[in-house]
Amino acid sequence: MRTALARLLGLLAAFVLRALGRAGTTVPGRVALAADPNFTADRRARIDGPVAVVSATNGKTTTSALIAAALGRDFSVVGNFEGANMAGGIASSLIRFPARDELAGLFEVDEFWLGDVATDLSPDIVLLGNLFRDQLDRYGELDTILERWHEAVGGLHAGGSAFVACADDPGIAWVLRDLPDEAVTWFGCTAGSVDLGRLPHAADSDACRRCGEPLEYSAVYLGHLGDWSCSSCGLQRPTLDFELTAFTPRGAKAIAIDLKGPDGLRSLSLPLPGLYNAYNAISAWAVCSRLGLDPNSTAQAFSSTAAAFGRGEHFSLSGTDVQMLLVKNPTGANEVIRALADEPEGLTLQFILNDQIADGRDVSWIWDTDVDVLVPRIGRLICSGHRADEAALRFKYAGLPPERITVVDDPRLGLETAASTAEEVWVLPTYTAMLALRSGLTSEGVVEKVV
Amino acid sequence: MPTSSRLKVAVLYPDHLNIYADRGNLAFLQRRCEWRGIGFESVAVGFGESIPVNDANLIYIGGGQDRDQALCAGDLVGVKAAALKDWFANGQPLLAVCGGFQLLGLSYSGRNETIPGIAAADLETAAGSSRLIGPIAIRTDLGGPTDGVLAGFENHAGRTHLGPKATPLGRVIKGHGNDGESGFEGVRNGSSIGTYLHGPLLPKNWWLADWLIARSLGIEVEKLGDLDDDFERKAHLSAARAAGLNE
Repeated sequence: MRTALARLLGLLAAFVLRALGRAGTTVPGRVALAADPNFTADRRARIDGPVAVVSATNGKTTTSALIAAALGRDFSVVGNFEGANMAGGIASSLIRFPARDELAGLFEVDEFWLGDVATDLSPDIVLLGNLFRDQLDRYGELDTILERWHEAVGGLHAGGSAFVACADDPGIAWVLRDLPDEAVTWFGCTAGSVDLGRLPHAADSDACRRCGEPLEYSAVYLGHLGDWSCSSCGLQRPTLDFELTAFTPRGAKAIAIDLKGPDGLRSLSLPLPGLYNAYNAISAWAVCSRLGLDPNSTAQAFSSTAAAFGRGEHFSLSGTDVQMLLVKNPTGANEVIRALADEPEGLTLQFILNDQIADGRDVSWIWDTDVDVLVPRIGRLICSGHRADEAALRFKYAGLPPERITVVDDPRLGLETAASTAEEVWVLPTYTAMLALRSGLTSEGVVEKVV
Repeated sequence: MPTSSRLKVAVLYPDHLNIYADRGNLAFLQRRCEWRGIGFESVAVGFGESIPVNDANLIYIGGGQDRDQALCAGDLVGVKAAALKDWFANGQPLLAVCGGFQLLGLSYSGRNETIPGIAAADLETAAGSSRLIGPIAIRTDLGGPTDGVLAGFENHAGRTHLGPKATPLGRVIKGHGNDGESGFEGVRNGSSIGTYLHGPLLPKNWWLADWLIARSLGIEVEKLGDLDDDFERKAHLSAARAAGLNE
């Protein structure tokens, strides 16, 4: 009864917000939760099919899109696909269910709130993708999140959840240390061609969390993800159930990958850029496999999943091809840069640096990003956003001649400037910059509305 | 003070104390030296190693996660304290940011344990229940083209209290500063500076980088020679605006 009332209030809030022209991805859920603190758990109980939760620093939205595409072949999928991933956003996504009966749930959960939110969702599977140093002003130190996750996974496991987790991330292996082997499915990379040879500057985990000695890596694939071990205490990367065995980039627009799992080897082509999306794909693949989805169907779903908004999305702007690649922290930005290094020289790039809460108000992370490797490939750089001048400074000190840098504060005007002299423009926006630019382009009819 | 034609920075524990983009400060110093034809060299000083005080003319200490800071504190006190205390007492060029600043003091009292510092500066730090986070602007008496104003970002649980023998780097205009109450920010003795300002500090305050370079080389800052600092000035203004200054 209480849930029904909460739901009505949530619907009303959603209606009012829509009438006001607002997206309403969070507030209706907050209203429902205020009326019934058990709203999320009660509504979740009505989903008969599988329910999965995705959490990570990077890749939540794209990974969720891949899993949802596969689930969508058998079920109507309930989930927070607009990316509002805290309690209110998730409750909002539970207010209205599709008319069809066969429901499944797929929720991305903000890494800081995993314990609070995921427990209410009683997920069958929890995907723990990666944990990187992120907006320190918002999330605190990486160690804080690891400690919160360690607390959360115990409760989730007791509640019946199984885990799919990144074995290449020593922090995640440590988070799951108390769980029995059968509770965790491990995925990771074995593709030798993507070995960086050493930890990048932005890597976080260099000490063994059990004994404090430095970890050794026989291969480093992405940030601090790799084949790691501690020669002092013997802790090492867990044995992989699902492996990314090969990775071939097609410029910074698509990838071809080989996945090996208990059901054999499979080759996939995905219209998504970068090794980071190969990690997203194998994690999603492992989840779909554990949920019992048909592998052929999953493969088809993955191959036709377009990039989630702003994350490798491309569109045409009066004859110029525009590629938008979200950046939000050093490791993520490094991987976007790494993907761009597969493009020919002379790139026209727009870097949009905002400092709103969702971007991280502290913009110092751009100095931890290895923009240096991109500098020789840049023909022209447009810097935009609230902190455009500091973005320009970063590239100047990475060695880009100042005459190749133009500061145009307004993102839309900056894109116009970039597009005026190039057939192809790569836009690297922070989160709120991406939303603002997309919102403008949506009203112009250039891109489709998502949020 | 002897003059030198090369900037030699001793960077303490760069693998552990680097959390707030500390390498941006070093990259900034390096480029500004290179563009003027001044030699630049940085030496990493790790666990068990002593600070090359006869060779270096600038010491840099960054910040780290609690775990890393505790690791470094043990080594700092055990291996490097005497040299660093002398360095600070003489007011020789030093930039210590965040965790590095706290370690200059007597101790850091966390929630569970107290980490000893090297007691170079008369200050003490205790963790508060909340973090002091946000853009910050302070006024120093270092002059320069911004009339001593420095802009940056602070993010610290520690409340640092200066003792009677310590002089702050500056006074808070916007933001929290050492303890959120006193209005003091950082500590300074001559050319030795400790501060909570990161962001990183030097790219947001280009003239302070030059001040440090000049002090390290033992020359007047005017002798360094001008660079085109258009982006640098604007970046400072952008950081100052973020802190709430409208200059």
